Amino acid sequence: MGAIFRREIKAYFTSPIAYIFIAVFYVYTGMYFVGTNIYSATTDMTYVFSGVFTLMMIMLPLLTMRLMSEEQKQKTDQCLLTAPVNLAAIVMGKFFAALCVFLIGMAIYIPYILVLYKLAGSIAWATVIGNMFALLLLGASFISIGMLISSLTENQIVAAIASFIVIMLFYMIDVLAASVSVDWLKNVMVSLGFYNRYYEFTNGIINIPSIVFFLSVTFICNFLTVRVLEKRRWG
Amino acid sequence: MIEVKNLTKQYGEKKAVNNISFTVNDGEILGFLGPNGAGKSTTMNMLTGYISATDGEILINGVDIMEEPLEAKKQIGYLPEIPPLYMDMTVKDYLNFIYDLKKCKLPRQAHLEDVCKLVMITDVYDRIIKHLSKGYKQRVGLAQALIGNPPILILDEPTVGLDPKQIHEIRTLIKKLGKRHTLILSSHILSEIQAVCDRVVIINKGKLAADDTPENLTKKLSDEHRIIARIDGTKEENLKLIQGIKGVASVTADMEREPGTFDYEIETDGVTDIRAELFKRVAAKNRIIYSLKSTELTLEDIFLKITMGEDVSVGRAEPKKALSDEEKAAMHEAVSNAAAAAFTVDMNKNLQESPETDDIDDNGGEL
Repeated sequence: MGAIFRREIKAYFTSPIAYIFIAVFYVYTGMYFVGTNIYSATTDMTYVFSGVFTLMMIMLPLLTMRLMSEEQKQKTDQCLLTAPVNLAAIVMGKFFAALCVFLIGMAIYIPYILVLYKLAGSIAWATVIGNMFALLLLGASFISIGMLISSLTENQIVAAIASFIVIMLFYMIDVLAASVSVDWLKNVMVSLGFYNRYYEFTNGIINIPSIVFFLSVTFICNFLTVRVLEKRRWG
Repeated sequence: MIEVKNLTKQYGEKKAVNNISFTVNDGEILGFLGPNGAGKSTTMNMLTGYISATDGEILINGVDIMEEPLEAKKQIGYLPEIPPLYMDMTVKDYLNFIYDLKKCKLPRQAHLEDVCKLVMITDVYDRIIKHLSKGYKQRVGLAQALIGNPPILILDEPTVGLDPKQIHEIRTLIKKLGKRHTLILSSHILSEIQAVCDRVVIINKGKLAADDTPENLTKKLSDEHRIIARIDGTKEENLKLIQGIKGVASVTADMEREPGTFDYEIETDGVTDIRAELFKRVAAKNRIIYSLKSTELTLEDIFLKITMGEDVSVGRAEPKKALSDEEKAAMHEAVSNAAAAAFTVDMNKNLQESPETDDIDDNGGEL
């Protein structure tokens, strides 16, 4: 797993993709930070976190699109799958590499918090921690969804667009639920919605079922990716 | 040691590999031959655990690759048809990655240096793989297979796309590796197999067609003698003349090699020695035999025979199936028709070009 993790990290930083991801992350949040916290002199960081959900919907598929598809296209998967490594280690190595790049993006909040803390002396910790926590869970589940879809195609672009559509569906599913008249289906759809659960966290409410939900999505998608690799051998 | 028992791979209705069994002993170099789409790569992918078998068993030094894949994969170094290279990495980074991936226990620096020296890539060690030539890429692929010193090496067409000098180098290297490793090597280049391998397995349409040493294969299949004779004079007359000799199964005229002469490929029934009779008859017509040589079947002929649908099987496969009389007759007809057609065109050309001369000049023939 270590070897694959290190290789993926290196691959991210030899191609422009990691730099683009991190730069967009920094610029986007930086604009809000300067525009609201600094100019309006407030310690309320909700604006700096607002819109990050949508940003991640677009940016994370770009981070995960080549994880599996490129291996298949370049036939390098032959090297991974004939090495004495089990499939779960391959998938986890790649997952943590993408998560690591995502965390480097998220790390920009630390200087924002430190600056505010220095300037104002106090901070609304509940919203900050809730937002960071929510973003971490969200990132992990988006990455695992993206990786699963990447394992289903040889084409990076297809992987990116399909990942975006699937994530979009999870984002809108509770809105769509409003027009469903069957009760149980409505309940299922609402509970699958990402945004409500995410939104709760951003208000500083730590909801255990929601934590379990995001972790389950991550686990299931990673598990399915392993199954896809396994299935392909039997194809 | 590799034991393959009743290996089958099915894709939907199609059987890509159909009930293949063979064994590779320790220290043996096995050549794996077959036309494109015969199931060579599929078999190799199954041997290395990249894809699974529909049926059958593969034992790598006694370890079943389906039951204990990690243990079996440790024993194998694999160079697939397309070397699995990460184009954006340097050779150094790539080989270090493979070293980590294989959880290699040998001293890192010394081992990587040894491997690089062996495949002669030391001078490109710090370059990005994307910028290397095909030959170097292939060698980096080979280096990747050699890392960890696996006792078994499986190389899928290792010399494809290389120039003659590189082919020679890789071939020498394979011979060298064969002393320390058990090796399976697939190739289209038959001379390579003949030069390097102790044993040859030929598969065709997913089935095992032959399994023997190159020498034995050649011996077993060269029961039909072929003679190539270079005689002057017109094609038509010579063809008739040769066909008239007792013991000639078929004769075809080849192209003009020397001015005024043609090469004739004569297949005999394998019993009669026709050379004396041929000489007398040609001499009687006041013509000259410029050369006369008998040819043994090369591995190439055997390969073509086996894979062109002539149902010749040797080794452990089913006994050889003789051609029925009807098939033979049809083949003869086809051959003589083709020959006749070829030289009719030839004659017409000659007539047009030199209508007055009586002694027909074959020079104009196929130029």
